[in-house]
Amino acid sequence: MSETTVSAEAVIRCEGIAAGFGSNILFRDVTFDVKRGEVFVILGGSGCGKSTLLKLMIGLVPPLAGRVTILDTDVWATEGKARLELLKRIGVMWQQGALFGSLTLLENVEMPLAEHTSLSAAARAEVARAKLGLVGLSEAASRLPSEVSGGMLKRAGVARALALDPPILFLDEPSAGLDPITSAGLDAMIRDLSRTLGTTFVVVTHELASILAIGDRCIMLDKEAKGVIAEGDPRRLREESTQPTVRAFFRREAA
Amino acid sequence: MTVGPEAGVLALSGRLDTQAAAVLWPKLMAEAAGGPVVLDLAGLTALDTTGATLLLTAEAAGHGNALRGAPPQVTDVLDRVRAALAAPRPKPEQRLPLLARIGRTSLNAGRGVLDGIGFIGELALVALGTLLRPWRLRGGEVLRHLDEAGTRAFPLTLLLGFLLGVILAFQSVIPLRRFGAEIFVPNLVGISLLRELGPLMAGVILAGRTGSAYAAELGTMSVNEEVAALRIMGVDPMALLVLPRVLAGILVMPVLSLVLTLAGLAGMALIMGLFGFPLTTVTQQLSQWLELSDMLGGLFKACFFGLAIAAIGCRAGLGAGRGPRAVGDAATAAVVGGIVSIILLDGLFAVLYEKIGV
Repeated sequence: MSETTVSAEAVIRCEGIAAGFGSNILFRDVTFDVKRGEVFVILGGSGCGKSTLLKLMIGLVPPLAGRVTILDTDVWATEGKARLELLKRIGVMWQQGALFGSLTLLENVEMPLAEHTSLSAAARAEVARAKLGLVGLSEAASRLPSEVSGGMLKRAGVARALALDPPILFLDEPSAGLDPITSAGLDAMIRDLSRTLGTTFVVVTHELASILAIGDRCIMLDKEAKGVIAEGDPRRLREESTQPTVRAFFRREAA
Repeated sequence: MTVGPEAGVLALSGRLDTQAAAVLWPKLMAEAAGGPVVLDLAGLTALDTTGATLLLTAEAAGHGNALRGAPPQVTDVLDRVRAALAAPRPKPEQRLPLLARIGRTSLNAGRGVLDGIGFIGELALVALGTLLRPWRLRGGEVLRHLDEAGTRAFPLTLLLGFLLGVILAFQSVIPLRRFGAEIFVPNLVGISLLRELGPLMAGVILAGRTGSAYAAELGTMSVNEEVAALRIMGVDPMALLVLPRVLAGILVMPVLSLVLTLAGLAGMALIMGLFGFPLTTVTQQLSQWLELSDMLGGLFKACFFGLAIAAIGCRAGLGAGRGPRAVGDAATAAVVGGIVSIILLDGLFAVLYEKIGV
């Protein structure tokens, strides 16, 4: 898995970013690169700011300090058309799926295509069917989000994020609330899409099994240290790290 | 992205990404449907899944179409999308024959009516139980709902009632003047406000402000499984959620109706003043021609309007389906049901008052 040939080009660059709410600093001075084609995992315990870091990278929550660059565009310094172009080149799978409840799964996937491409309705339906096929949901295409299971919702969320074939996908807690088998299926899908489509994945998760199964590289955030306490290949971190919190995390011990 | 010339062969080159595929789609599909076409992919430098869908759809569009020469950098995507498109399509939903559809619709409608009757029965049981054990009623809840449905609705009710009085008086004073009968405008406006328009307009306000709020609040609670949690804790949602709201509706409606009526009479008096009738003439006219029973009849039926609006709002909320749309549907059902019910009730009361001679 980790043998995937990863070119050294950084598609996302975070430099010295800090985040927090009011006087409560979540983390500060976080610096890392995400390289093209890799599955990059942001991990850490509950409340360490993983999801905030993700929202900050996609431009939803402003950083207190620092700079986020995605595909050579400064996320927090672009507006208007340039920002729209950037948004078309990233896809996000939200923690609860965030699918539109009044549309079928197929229509959910068609929506970004209708907004941002000149494809005809028939062509859109065919393309959306292909995206649902990529995540293994062909047969559920005409169902509403309220009629499918949690695992299927997340897959549909990935299919919608894939609609415009973005080079970068952000996944927020893909395995949260799923049973181990469904979760493993989702992990296999992420690996498969990363290998066949060459998409770069940024995954926020705290599921140990998932991290070891999909992660090429990871950073670990910590609430106490208010920053990054480990960076690298998760399998090597598990074996070699001497940092007590990192060891506790990978060995599932109470700290 | 360019297309090269060769008889029966279309050579594609460059990047076939989503934008390029969108431009190329109609042309390529027309060619592909026309006759056997070979798509030569040797010149492709990049392919995304939308581009791959185009190629595979074109391949499948005509007999004898084929793809050839896919370079290694695009084969992975092509194979992956081929597998994705090969998955079976969802089965189209089977349409029932007409007779069965009529049957199902009437069954559902009948079930809805039975559910409604069940709801009324359950509510009556809980209300009786609370009468026997009044200390179990949550007084704080009732007060909160009285405040939300009542006092907070006063400004709107005053404004609407005043304007209604002004409009009614103005519209009736003009034709009545031709007969020199302006003096009877207070009778006309007074009777219609006291007996009909006061309770009805207050009911519309309650249905729009409060009925919809009840449906949205209880609807969100049932979508979030809070109502199920209450049931499992052994707490009857009827007693905790519905009864205080219905009680508030019953108590608040006569007050709103009275406030609206008084504001309307004030508006009417203003118009009469503008047409040269002093306030004393107006009040004299009112006291001479209106009876207490006119007002009490209006307030009495207002209680039933309040009961119907609050109960329909709660029922719509508790019966909400799943998802954000369900809450919207429940709010709509509450307002529509509330307004229709008060008009029906008003008709019933008109017949009843006629029979007993009020």
